[in-house]
Amino acid sequence: MGLHKTAYRGLMGWFDSRMPSAMNAFRAHMSEYYAPKNFNFWYFFGSMALVALVIQLLSGMFLAMHYKPDSNLAFWSVEFIMREVSGGWFIRYMHSTGASFFFIVVYLHMFRGLLYGSYRTPREVVWLVGCAIFMALMAESFFGYLLPWGQMSYWGAQVIINLFDTIPLIGPDLSTWIRGDFVIGDATLNRFFALHACVIPLVLLGLAVVHIFALHDVGSNNPDGIEIKDRLGPDGRPLDGIPFHPYYSVHDIYGLGFFFLAYFGIIFFAPELGGVFLEGNNFIPADPLQTPQHIAPLWYFTPYYSILRATTEGFLIWIAACALGLGALVYLSVRDMRLRIGVGAATAIVLALLTVPKVQLDAKLWGVILSGASAMILFALPWLDRSPVKSMRYRPAWHKVVLGAFAVAFLVLGYLGMLPPNPTRTAVAQVGTAIYFGFFALMPWWSRMGEFKPVPERVRFVPHAGGAR
Amino acid sequence: MSSSASSSLPEPPQVDLERRAAIVATSVVGGAGCLAAAVPYVASWGPSEREKAAGSAVDVDISSLAPGKMMVVEWRGKPVWILRRTPAMIESLRVDTNQLADPDSKRTAFPTPDYVLKDPALRSIKPEYLVVVGICTHLGCSPSGPFASGENAQLGAEPGFICPCHGSTFDLSGRVFKNKPAADNLPVPPYRYLSENTIRIGEAPRA
Repeated sequence: MGLHKTAYRGLMGWFDSRMPSAMNAFRAHMSEYYAPKNFNFWYFFGSMALVALVIQLLSGMFLAMHYKPDSNLAFWSVEFIMREVSGGWFIRYMHSTGASFFFIVVYLHMFRGLLYGSYRTPREVVWLVGCAIFMALMAESFFGYLLPWGQMSYWGAQVIINLFDTIPLIGPDLSTWIRGDFVIGDATLNRFFALHACVIPLVLLGLAVVHIFALHDVGSNNPDGIEIKDRLGPDGRPLDGIPFHPYYSVHDIYGLGFFFLAYFGIIFFAPELGGVFLEGNNFIPADPLQTPQHIAPLWYFTPYYSILRATTEGFLIWIAACALGLGALVYLSVRDMRLRIGVGAATAIVLALLTVPKVQLDAKLWGVILSGASAMILFALPWLDRSPVKSMRYRPAWHKVVLGAFAVAFLVLGYLGMLPPNPTRTAVAQVGTAIYFGFFALMPWWSRMGEFKPVPERVRFVPHAGGAR
Repeated sequence: MSSSASSSLPEPPQVDLERRAAIVATSVVGGAGCLAAAVPYVASWGPSEREKAAGSAVDVDISSLAPGKMMVVEWRGKPVWILRRTPAMIESLRVDTNQLADPDSKRTAFPTPDYVLKDPALRSIKPEYLVVVGICTHLGCSPSGPFASGENAQLGAEPGFICPCHGSTFDLSGRVFKNKPAADNLPVPPYRYLSENTIRIGEAPRA
């Protein structure tokens, strides 16, 4: 009769004989997906990111049922949601807090990758898709932030879109095209709403699916950085693997408990978090004629904003020195003559664009380039890391110090980005920028240096006290 | 077609009571949490404060309503008819012609409040003024009228209202005639008199 053979009985059997792909998918991705048994705290954040996405989608779609994307009505529609829609304040706070939590979770998720070499072969595609998700997430939050049409929304968007002005030749026209007008206005708001509510959510969903499929194709990494598929048992399953469902599905629900504790704690007791999650200035309707005293992007953009501001006229000469140094290092590291010529030419061009009077690009444009590069350099990570071992656990102790310095630099840059600039802060930000880029640019060399510890055959796993019954 | 299940299936494992208890406990708490979180979302679809404010009572001045005339006011987005009936109209209503589906307004689909049923033929607090919601109880169109006896072909000798959508007819107390698509009399909204000349629609009389 064309029915598939099924091992299930009853209603499940009826369904499985007609759509086996449903249970096939459940087995392939959950009950028979063997994940390493030594996952630790850092491994909660993947599924948590998926939960954050679902929260944003649900809260967002309900907000969209009351929000009006018209420059005259937008601000008031948000106030309407907060004050007059039953439960509206709760939905709004879920969405604003959810956005910040999404970034906290994603940053921790990416840091896990740095700790354990999750981006190394064969997981480069997983990493690249993840970087694409990060880019899409930044776009999504940028578009979303204009929607409340407050002072910070308006002027923040103004500043960022004006960055496109700096692109030589096409800059101003490009900015006008993005805005749909000569200034940010109704046209901009309407299209940002369509992008935020419809286009990018679809992109995020699609990329999340691809991200998980790519991971499941090669299997998860683990804190020891060894491939569990290298040691299979007599049944063909990894000796150090356990089925994702029920072990990690339940484990992740446990982790979600802590997430929800913090998340709802903030929603009910401190949804603005002192202006960090919801800016004070955004409770004032947008006024094109008056800029607030102090503009800053939301906290999750502040590291990149810091790098942008740190790139001053005076800093260019230091960048030039570093570019020269890096060029020399690469030149000496490659043997092939054609590559050497290429490296030499590239370095010369970059130096010219930094220092030679007529050709030199503005510090403003260099700031845009550097802050853009600081986000984009993540894509290159699988090829920058030349360490013979994946995980920090088996690397020389000083590698951990280097990673720690990078993390501290990122946090300090983020903190500085929230404050108005002054000469001292700019100097610190410049040092932070140097550490940030040094971490990546010099990685092909430092990741190979030092005494590496022997990597174990089997994962390091200590069961809970009490052991097996 | 039978499934491929054979007689040599392994024995199902012993139920682990402790594990089951943990699963049930988690599901109950988790379920309660999801339900709690869902409440604001479901509530957000209800009328907002603005709509509740707009839905509140409407005060109507009837001092300039001439006998035999009808005025229409909006309450909660619906048309409410106030018809000032002439003595002749009131007389005609008291005659039982056995043409009405529910002459004493006993049906409960659109319950008629007690305070208008002192005289079931008139369905109003004061005999002179009829107050009903002008929406046909069939599918929601607003009937035309009031027509006098003989003024409308479909109504014939009976004065009253006729719904243009499917032909339901109602008398001058809003009661539906037999064998029409509508089965219920026109709904009576909560209303009370604030004074001789003012009706508040949306509030029932204080008991």
